[in-house]
Amino acid sequence: MIEWLTLKQWSPYMVGIGIGLLNCIAFLLSDKPLACSTAYSRTSGMLEGFCLGPKVADKPYYKKFPPSIEWDWMLVLGMIIGAFISAALSGQFYLEWVPPRWAEAFGNIPFGRWAVAFIGGIILGIGARWAGGCTSGHGISGTLQLAVSSWLAAICFFVGGIITAILIF
Amino acid sequence: MFRSLHARKRTQLAIGLLLGIGFGFLLQKGGVTRYDVIIGQLLLVDFTVVKVMLSAVVTGMVGVHFLRSVGLATLHPKPGSLGSSVIGGLIFGVGFALLGYCPGTIAGAVGQGSLDGLFGGMAGILLGAGLFAEVYPKLDRSILRKADFGELTFPQLLKVNPWIIVLPVAVGIVLLLLLIEKSGL
Repeated sequence: MIEWLTLKQWSPYMVGIGIGLLNCIAFLLSDKPLACSTAYSRTSGMLEGFCLGPKVADKPYYKKFPPSIEWDWMLVLGMIIGAFISAALSGQFYLEWVPPRWAEAFGNIPFGRWAVAFIGGIILGIGARWAGGCTSGHGISGTLQLAVSSWLAAICFFVGGIITAILIF
Repeated sequence: MFRSLHARKRTQLAIGLLLGIGFGFLLQKGGVTRYDVIIGQLLLVDFTVVKVMLSAVVTGMVGVHFLRSVGLATLHPKPGSLGSSVIGGLIFGVGFALLGYCPGTIAGAVGQGSLDGLFGGMAGILLGAGLFAEVYPKLDRSILRKADFGELTFPQLLKVNPWIIVLPVAVGIVLLLLLIEKSGL
């Protein structure tokens, strides 16, 4: 058991089956699918609230998704902790300034990588809210419910992603 | 049996945290919290992301529809429209490739110490989500409603029992995974 937990990587199929089962547990115990991007919207609203006062909560979008700590917010917090535990158990926790593949193609300069990550993050944040979900909410949890919105969105995530990746590399 | 549990706010926050720990643990063990693996998928040279996603979809699809059939789960399909799902999906894709993480895997990347995720990506996603909230009323009156189809599922669209779709989709995904494995990707 311990050796299994300290393995650097598991079979992607085992990991996928695990995530599928976790989704079943989420539906059963919480009446919710696993989804991540709403938590960012809530955090953004909370930060705006700190800076601009409680009036921020009156924005129509924050009426739909209140800027407060909810189930999905705890889920994303848990994901940071869970990934830390996994990485620490297998000796894979280390501070990485620039990912190797980026360093090889564009140089080992943190500023360049972080700037592109920041711009990519802005576009990703807008896109996730525009489509109403991300790779987990639409890509896994929505497609498994056979939702039309999710199959369309998930296909477009990869179409947009593959074209952009091929253009920049 | 679980209805009263769903209404208990504090317990739900704890369950959310525990499920998140499991989810983050699995994503990191799958290697999909690494930039190199995600970009490898988008460049079509490393199929780890697709293998994880499709095996999660098959397992979850059969499991959740089973729970629904025995009355233990309710589906929550997200609403959509061509204006929201297609255009939003393509915008997401551009950000996905530039950032090299998605909103879920970036949480895992931060947990394993990837600083580009923490200082670049997370800050960007928060700003992007905030910008969207700012322009949402305008978008909602126009493009987000273009060709709106609501909370539609394929079984509803085709007016059939869900299992008539679940089973062939499950078989199709398994065959696709076998094909990916056979071609050595």
